[in-house]
Amino acid sequence: MKVYVPRDFSACALGADEVARAIGREAERRGISLELVRNGSRGLYWLEPLVEVERNGKRIAYGPVGEEEVAGLFDGGFLEGKEHPARQGDPEEIPYLRRQKRLVFRRVGKNDPLSLDQYRRDGGFAGLTRALTLSPQQIVEEVTKSGLRGRGGAGFPTGIKWKTTLQADADQKYIVCNADEGDSGTFSDRMVIEGDPFLLIEGMAIAGLAVGATEGYVYLRSEYPLARKIFEEALERARAGGYLGKDILGSGKAFSLNLYIGAGAYVCGEETSLLESLEGKRGMIRPRPPLPAIHGLWQKPTVVNNVITLASVPSILADGAEAYARLGVGRSKGTLPVQLSGNLKRPGLVEVPFGITLEELLFEYGGGTASGRPLKAIQIGGPLGPYLPPSLFSVTLDYEELAKVRGIVGHGGIVAFDDTVNLGEMARYAMEFCAGESCGKCTPCRIGSTRGVEVMDRILSGKRDAGTLQLLVDLCDVMIHASLCGLGGMTPFPVLSGLRFFPEDFGYTKADVGPLVEKL
Amino acid sequence: MENGKVDRKDELETILDGFARQANGLIPAFHAIQERFGYIPKEWLPEVARAFNLSQADVYGVLTFYHDFRLQPVGRHVVSVCRAEACQANGSAALIDRLRRKLGVDFGETTANNEVTLLPTYCFGNCACGPSMAIDGKLYGRVNAERAERLLRGMGVLE
Ligand SMILES: Cc1cc2nc3c(=O)[nH]c(=O)nc-3n(C[C@H](O)[C@H](O)[C@H](O)COP(=O)(O)O)c2cc1C
Ligand code: SF4
Ligand code: FES
Repeated sequence: MKVYVPRDFSACALGADEVARAIGREAERRGISLELVRNGSRGLYWLEPLVEVERNGKRIAYGPVGEEEVAGLFDGGFLEGKEHPARQGDPEEIPYLRRQKRLVFRRVGKNDPLSLDQYRRDGGFAGLTRALTLSPQQIVEEVTKSGLRGRGGAGFPTGIKWKTTLQADADQKYIVCNADEGDSGTFSDRMVIEGDPFLLIEGMAIAGLAVGATEGYVYLRSEYPLARKIFEEALERARAGGYLGKDILGSGKAFSLNLYIGAGAYVCGEETSLLESLEGKRGMIRPRPPLPAIHGLWQKPTVVNNVITLASVPSILADGAEAYARLGVGRSKGTLPVQLSGNLKRPGLVEVPFGITLEELLFEYGGGTASGRPLKAIQIGGPLGPYLPPSLFSVTLDYEELAKVRGIVGHGGIVAFDDTVNLGEMARYAMEFCAGESCGKCTPCRIGSTRGVEVMDRILSGKRDAGTLQLLVDLCDVMIHASLCGLGGMTPFPVLSGLRFFPEDFGYTKADVGPLVEKL
Repeated sequence: MENGKVDRKDELETILDGFARQANGLIPAFHAIQERFGYIPKEWLPEVARAFNLSQADVYGVLTFYHDFRLQPVGRHVVSVCRAEACQANGSAALIDRLRRKLGVDFGETTANNEVTLLPTYCFGNCACGPSMAIDGKLYGRVNAERAERLLRGMGVLE
C-alpha cells in the first residue's frame, strides 16, 4: 500500500512534511507497513496538504490534512478509502483537475518526481529519443510548426528564436533556462522543477540538439530552495542515467547542464540582465541588438527560454507538432498553465488550451473570492500587468484578444482582488516596486519610477488637481516609450489601467481621466 | 578571539579557492560566504577582489546590486514576509503591521536584543497559499496576524 504526501514548496508551507512524518509514526505505532511516496503537488492548492492513498492501483485523496488529523484518519480507516470529511475521492475525478488539459503538467503531482524509472514509464524521454533521430533543422521545424510561443512573458515564437541560434556560426552555443519566475502570482516554473524536473532536463537537451548547443544553464531564483534541492538531485540522476553528458543515450551527442542561483533581483528575469548575472556581474540590461540568440552568454549564440516553454517541447516532439497546434485558438497554440491566486476560493494551477474566458477561469475554476465579497479586479500577467474589471472577464485567454483590451498573458498569472482593494494604492506599490528593482541603466525608469511614487503619494493624499494627473500621465508616457526594457516600459500599465477602470480609487472621476488615459 | 579570526580568514580562502576558478563564480561565492557567516563583511572585499582578479569597485558593485547580499550581520533569527500582490490580496498588510508593531522594527532592521531581523520578500511562489512568511528559511502559508504572532511566541522571541 502506498500513501502519497506532496513534497512541494507550498504544500510544505502548509505542513506536508509534518503530515508525512506523522503518517510514518502512526503507521509504525499501529504495525502497518506502507510505502510513503513524496510526490509533487497537483496544484489544487486549496486542498493542500492533499494526501492520497493507493490500493490496488486506485487512489483516494484526502485534503486538506493537518498533522493533528492524521491519527483520526487512521482511526477512520482512510487506508481502506473510508469516508471522512476531508475525503475527496479519486483525485483525477475532481472536476478542477478532470476538466483541465494537461500537457506540461501531465505527470506533476502523480508520482515521485525523482524516479527516472517512473519518468520513463510515464512516457518520459520519448521526445528526446525522437529528437535524436532527427536533424537539428527538423527539430526546429517541428517546434516552429507547433506554434509554441515563449511562456516567460513576451510570447515570442520559439521556433524562430531557435532557428536564429541554429543558423549562427560559433564554436560554442548555449541553452539558458529562465527560472527566475519573479512575477508575483506565478508558480508554474517552481511546480515543474519540483514536480517533474526530468521534463525540464529533457526539454533543454532537445533544445541543445536543435541549435547545436552542448552546454546549458538553469538560472533559478534564490527564493526557491526546495526547487534547488530537487533539481540538484535530478541533475545527478540524469547524468548517471546517461541523459546528460558527453554522449547522451549513446548517440555521440553531448549536452551538459548546470544550475546557477540568482540573488534576489527582479530585473534579472529579463533575459539580457539574466545573462549578465549568469556571467557573475551586476544584472544591467544590455541594449539590443545584438540579440541573445546571436550574442548571448559570453557573447556566444544563446537560446534563452522560460521553464514552461522548454517543458512544452518534449510532448511536441513525442506527439508531433500537429497534435499541439490543434489545441488553442488563433495564433495562441497549445495550452497555458494558468496560475490562479490572490483572493479566490480555489487557487491553483489550471492548464488549459488557449481560448477559455477569464470568467470561466475565475469562477468555474477559481470559485470566486475566498472572502465571499465581490470580485473587484484581477491583475493579469504579473506585477507589471494591468488591472482588469469584471466587465472584461468575457475576454478569452489569447495573446491577441488580451492585447485588444491592453491586457497581457505574461507568464500566465492571474491575481484576484475583492472589493476591499484600493487600486490607487496598488498602483503606487507598482511604482515603488519598479523604483526598488530598476537596474538604473536608463533615466525614464530610474528617475521616472521615483517621481511616480512621489506623484502617486500626492494624489493619494488628496492633492489631485488636473496638473498632477497630467504629470502622472506624462510620466507614464515617457516610461512606456523611452525605457530600455520592460521593467520601466510596463510599470505604467498598472497605473494607467487603474486610472482607466477605477478612477475613484485615485480620487478622480471617469470624466477627469477619460481623455488623458485613452490616448495611451 | 584571535584564533577565531584566523579561522574565519582560512574559511574565506577555502571558499574563494573553490569559486575563483569559475568565470562566473563571484555570485556563488557571495552566496557561500553569506550562508557560512550570515553576511559579507566589508573588510573582506579586497581579498574577494584579489581572488577574482577584479577591482574592489567591481566586486562592491556586484554585491550591492543584489537584494540577497548583506553587508551587516542579521539577528539570531530572520523573519521574511512576502510583500507582493497575491499576498496583499489575501490581507498581508495586517500581518505586516502586526509584525512591525510586535517586533518594534521596520523592514531591514534588527530588534534591539538582536533576536530578529525583519526582511521583505517579493514573492515566494506560494501565492496560492498566502499570506506567506518564512522564519529562518522555513516557509509558512496562509499566515494571518494571529498565526504570525503565535509562531514568534513559539520561537520565544516575543514575551
Ligand atoms: C522586467 C522583466 C522581468 C522578466 N522576468 C522573467 C522571468 O522571471 N521569467 C521569464 O521566463 N521571463 C521573464 N522575462 C522575459 C524574458 O526577458 C524573456 O522574454 C524570456 O525569458 C524569453 O523566454 P521565452 O521566449 O521562453 O518566454 C522578464 C522580462 C522583463 C522585462
Ligand atoms: S527600464 Fe529600468 S530596468 Fe530596464 S534598462 Fe531601464 S533602468 Fe534598467
Ligand atoms: S505573492 Fe506572496 S508568495 Fe507570491
